[in-house]
Amino acid sequence: MSPVLEGVPKRALVLIAALLVALIVAPLFANDYLLTILILILYFAYVGQAWNIMMGFAGQLSLGHAIYVGLGAYTSAALYVHFGVGPWIGLLVAIPVAMACGAIIGFLAFRFGVAGVYFAILTIAFAEFARIGFDHLRFVGGSAGFFLPVAQYTHNDLWNLRGKPAMFYYVILALTIAAFLLCHLLLRSRMGYFWLAIREDEEAARALGIDTFRYKMAAVVISAGMTAVAGVIFAFYYNNLFPEQVFHISRSIEIILAPIIGGIGTLFGPVLGAFVLTGLSEGMTELLYALGIDVPGAKQVFYGICLLVVVMALPDGIWPWLARRLGLERRT
Amino acid sequence: MPLDIYLNVAVSGLLTGLVYGLMALGLSVIFGVVRVVNFAHGEMMTIAMYIAIVLFQAFGFDPLVMMVPIAGVLFALGYAMQAGLINPFVDRPEHSQFMLLVAVAIIMVNALLLIFGPDARSVQTTYAFDSFAFGRIIVDATKVYAGCAAIIVAAALFAFFRFSDLGKAIRACADNYTGALVVGLNVKRLYALTFGLGAACVGAAGSMLVLIIDVTPPLGPQYTLLAFVIVITGGLGSMPGALLGGVLIGMTEALAGLMFTPSAKSMFAFAILVLVLLFRPQGILGKRAS
Repeated sequence: MSPVLEGVPKRALVLIAALLVALIVAPLFANDYLLTILILILYFAYVGQAWNIMMGFAGQLSLGHAIYVGLGAYTSAALYVHFGVGPWIGLLVAIPVAMACGAIIGFLAFRFGVAGVYFAILTIAFAEFARIGFDHLRFVGGSAGFFLPVAQYTHNDLWNLRGKPAMFYYVILALTIAAFLLCHLLLRSRMGYFWLAIREDEEAARALGIDTFRYKMAAVVISAGMTAVAGVIFAFYYNNLFPEQVFHISRSIEIILAPIIGGIGTLFGPVLGAFVLTGLSEGMTELLYALGIDVPGAKQVFYGICLLVVVMALPDGIWPWLARRLGLERRT
Repeated sequence: MPLDIYLNVAVSGLLTGLVYGLMALGLSVIFGVVRVVNFAHGEMMTIAMYIAIVLFQAFGFDPLVMMVPIAGVLFALGYAMQAGLINPFVDRPEHSQFMLLVAVAIIMVNALLLIFGPDARSVQTTYAFDSFAFGRIIVDATKVYAGCAAIIVAAALFAFFRFSDLGKAIRACADNYTGALVVGLNVKRLYALTFGLGAACVGAAGSMLVLIIDVTPPLGPQYTLLAFVIVITGGLGSMPGALLGGVLIGMTEALAGLMFTPSAKSMFAFAILVLVLLFRPQGILGKRAS
């Protein structure tokens, strides 16, 4: 067997294949509403996967991942609007920008020994700093928002990412698959094992001769770069950016809900969590609509209660529990 | 004349900062003992603020007078939260605790939204527009009352932890968990008491703050962040540090709002936070963790 598939149980392979086929043919059957929900799910699966590298693999809790989404979104949007640079070229700028930002945060935190809760709050501080900063950045519209030109598209222009939801769906699906494979390979790489060692016991890892600073930096930078890609897609999909929304702490929390609920440090966790949470959220909207309850806050209260129940009942997340139930655990 | 403006704004920021400090004190006490970061802190304060508003609008009770009963209600809420939800999470990893409290925070914000709607509410007391003049400095009466009340509550809490047996027992739990168990302290109950006391601080701070600012449900997360900034600046787990941090951040925000634009004022608070985290991660008055 190839190294990619090594140790993966047959049943898991069948499950992955079935899920893939279902996701690939979905746009043929889904209407636009369902498709936008699927896009949202895949978006959260993708950014959750990126965040998981930092927290799930290397054990560094980031509560400010919205900063990387925002930097990716604003960089590519600014290049497109002001200089006519397309999103795929913009991506080549957006990724290094977010990586540099991640490197700065990581460098400052790890050099000065900021860890645990303090590190988490430092990441919030940077995201909030960016939020307020972008509010006052005239070049990209400030608090009034930054808009990409929109028109009714008759055909899909993949090069400029202008088109119908189905195109975005396939783009984000490809990204999610790529992120999944990348994380799978990273976990099985030398660096992946170093990360797990750092996560479990940083002192011990250092005693074994692992350059913890270097590998923690690598986790932050890779995670930031991957997250920025989602930001670029976000900008071209929604066509409007407001600092109050893009960089807000609630965006950062949204990003980390899926992997935590799904199962932190697992490959399927972020994907499963995204399906469960977005499904739950949208299902509740439908249910409340059907019941004729139209009060702001009602949906989120139920959502919060569901979250609370899951956190209390399955502290390791849904996936580890489900995997045991289905007999899908990796043979080691 | 310009100097007068700066002085006025600084004093006003100092008084508001004392109230911020009292709110942050609650967070600091909880973290110092239970070692759990209360991510629903600001949300609990908005609950206190809404209780104050309801009492004022329904019965005309002054929020400052209602401070004690409101603190009592929040104490009960905090006690129940710790005893029912958080105690099982004390030994779990940080992200797990974080998730739990984020879920609680989401429920709180949206329950308030559900009950009170999204409009801003405020309390109009008879003394809302009074002011005191100290020489050339003129300060709002509400801020003077609120600032003084914050000092009194904080002093009471200091005295409780320093002199009462219960306070000493709680400090013992914070210093040495195993040791506290060995000498027969009911640690879980003391944790619940501590969380209740932290929540009572927030309740008192909320009933003062309602005199100074309008309240909307989304204010909660903002104040959670503000409380983080303050306690980390002052020193997480340090009681005087929380007050000092509150005053520092309150004055910084007030002066930054005057010198630059009010919308950018929080940026300076976060800048201070980043600097403190990098150069004195234990906070200005914090002790370095061994």
